[in-house]
Amino acid sequence: MKSSVITFPGSNCDRDMDVALSKFGFKNKMVWHDDNELPKSDLVVLPGGFSYGDYLRCGSMASKSKIMQSVINFAKSGGLVMGICNGFQILVETGLVPGVLLRNKYLEFICKNVYVKVVNKQNPYFKNLDKDILELHIAHNEGNYFCTDDQLKEINENNQIAIYYCDEKGHTEEQHNPNGSLKNIAGIFNKEKNVLGMMPHPERMIDQSLSGEDGSIFFKNLINNLK
Amino acid sequence: MKVSAVITLKKDVLDPQGKVIHQTLDGMGFKDVNEIRQGKYFEIDVKENDPHKAKEIVEEMCKKLLANLVIENYKIIETQ
Repeated sequence: MKSSVITFPGSNCDRDMDVALSKFGFKNKMVWHDDNELPKSDLVVLPGGFSYGDYLRCGSMASKSKIMQSVINFAKSGGLVMGICNGFQILVETGLVPGVLLRNKYLEFICKNVYVKVVNKQNPYFKNLDKDILELHIAHNEGNYFCTDDQLKEINENNQIAIYYCDEKGHTEEQHNPNGSLKNIAGIFNKEKNVLGMMPHPERMIDQSLSGEDGSIFFKNLINNLK
Repeated sequence: MKVSAVITLKKDVLDPQGKVIHQTLDGMGFKDVNEIRQGKYFEIDVKENDPHKAKEIVEEMCKKLLANLVIENYKIIETQ
């Protein structure tokens, strides 16, 4: 399985993602934002970080960079594109997934482990996952998911919500919402479910001695789904 | 020619920064504030000299980059 991780100026989780993808069997290539063409890929990842210093709006500049036209075409032809954290912010700015990510409700940069509940397994990312609740890491200032009422209606009708913030038992009440996200939304799909944007970082949870293994579960399952 | 654009958050979008600024002003003794919404202001010097065309160019910029229309409105407020 081949993957590509795009590096934007200011990306800082690109190498972590490279380590994670390689660890679980992907042949990964790093792709520079100023390139025109994506290498042949089964999965494209937009990594976390602070592309373009978060100028204007997080992800807005990166969403217009050269390589993104190729990423958008890849996504529109059914290719798998996953955006993590800043990558999610870039995805919403391209319009590939609906909504936006606002400043966290209490204006704090949040850096901690959270639990997320996987609600939709009819897609290549979570199909066959044997856990419903994953412990993952978040580190962001703008992760407060928001969309219009019309968008929310469409998101619900098409089952586009991927993961919710929750507690370790899977309760999704407001008190388990770290950043004020609408309906506790932590990750969302496009209509076709080949594009996934999420704030939590699975690539930070791939080593028991450093963090946890729920990211490993996610990546192992993902590559098996793609085989 | 210079054209300015103001980007503001739409009415229903939470503006935590505006809220904190409001609270701080309140603490400083400015008690007459109902609400504060924070926005962005751009001064753009475009090569076009026709005011109508210049405004159109800036409007395109607002739609495509300067504003995110899911949460923001834009207004082109002056031309010189």
